Amino acid sequence: MSEAVAMHEESYETPLTPESWGKLGMWVFLVGDAMSFGTLLAAYGAMRYSSGDWPIPADVLGVALSGFMTFLLICSSVTMVKGLEAAQKNDLDGFLRHIGLTILGGLIFLGLQAYEWTHFIQGGLGFAANPWGSPLFSTTFYVITGFHGMHVTGGVIYLACIWFKGRNGAYCGENASQVEIAGLYWHFVDLVWIMVFTFIYLL
Amino acid sequence: MAEHHRATNYWAVWIWLAVLTILEVGVTFIPELSTLYKAILLIALAVGKALLVALYFMHLRFETRTLGAIVLTPFVICVFLVFMLMPDVGFEPRESPIRAEHVESDH
Repeated sequence: MSEAVAMHEESYETPLTPESWGKLGMWVFLVGDAMSFGTLLAAYGAMRYSSGDWPIPADVLGVALSGFMTFLLICSSVTMVKGLEAAQKNDLDGFLRHIGLTILGGLIFLGLQAYEWTHFIQGGLGFAANPWGSPLFSTTFYVITGFHGMHVTGGVIYLACIWFKGRNGAYCGENASQVEIAGLYWHFVDLVWIMVFTFIYLL
Repeated sequence: MAEHHRATNYWAVWIWLAVLTILEVGVTFIPELSTLYKAILLIALAVGKALLVALYFMHLRFETRTLGAIVLTPFVICVFLVFMLMPDVGFEPRESPIRAEHVESDH
């Protein structure tokens, strides 16, 4: 019987991610998603350098709030790995606390983004209107940060499902790979923001 | 492989990420720095941060090499895309010769 189980496991495991197929699936999705963001950023660069009146982003957008948002996502990544660590150690309270903090970090990030967008729109920076130069500046800004914000929204919903389904310990110990897969998505969103922050706000 | 995950000091990674973020913001406030050097510095710092997140938070350091190669593919393609776009970008003056002719004929 145990031999049959071992054979069963062997024939269904991937050599790339021996823990679970789901992890490979998430990695493949993220690779595709990275292409989407990469294409958006490459298009941004092309439009920016063929434009003669592109404003200096830091002058229009500011770096204080977006810098704080970067720090916030970095912190939420740490609470995510701490939550996974707790789930692997069968620590249900630690798992719920850390995943809860991660969700909170994501929500604060979204709140700050909503505040930032409202502030810009009231200042005259429309989707296709920019008093400081090329209108493509604001179009690319809203498309790229909006696309990223949708990813954060998806991540918050995803983690809320993980928190809710795991509140009785369903993901503790042996089943922690579900938390790891959710974590991969969350860290990827953080990684993309690091790039967005550099290319959209700082450069 | 799970044993290796516990060996990572996540707070050390967190401090590195925070320090690199502060450096990034600091670089933008150096007025003497030329745009090219600023861009090189900022991209290097961002790539460093992205590597920290991928290698330690996403545990890529402890995965198989093949998975690492798969994950690297989109970044290689995107760098290639940037170079493919370059001939169309930024090296020509905005006023094209055809338009200049029109302006002259109007006079």
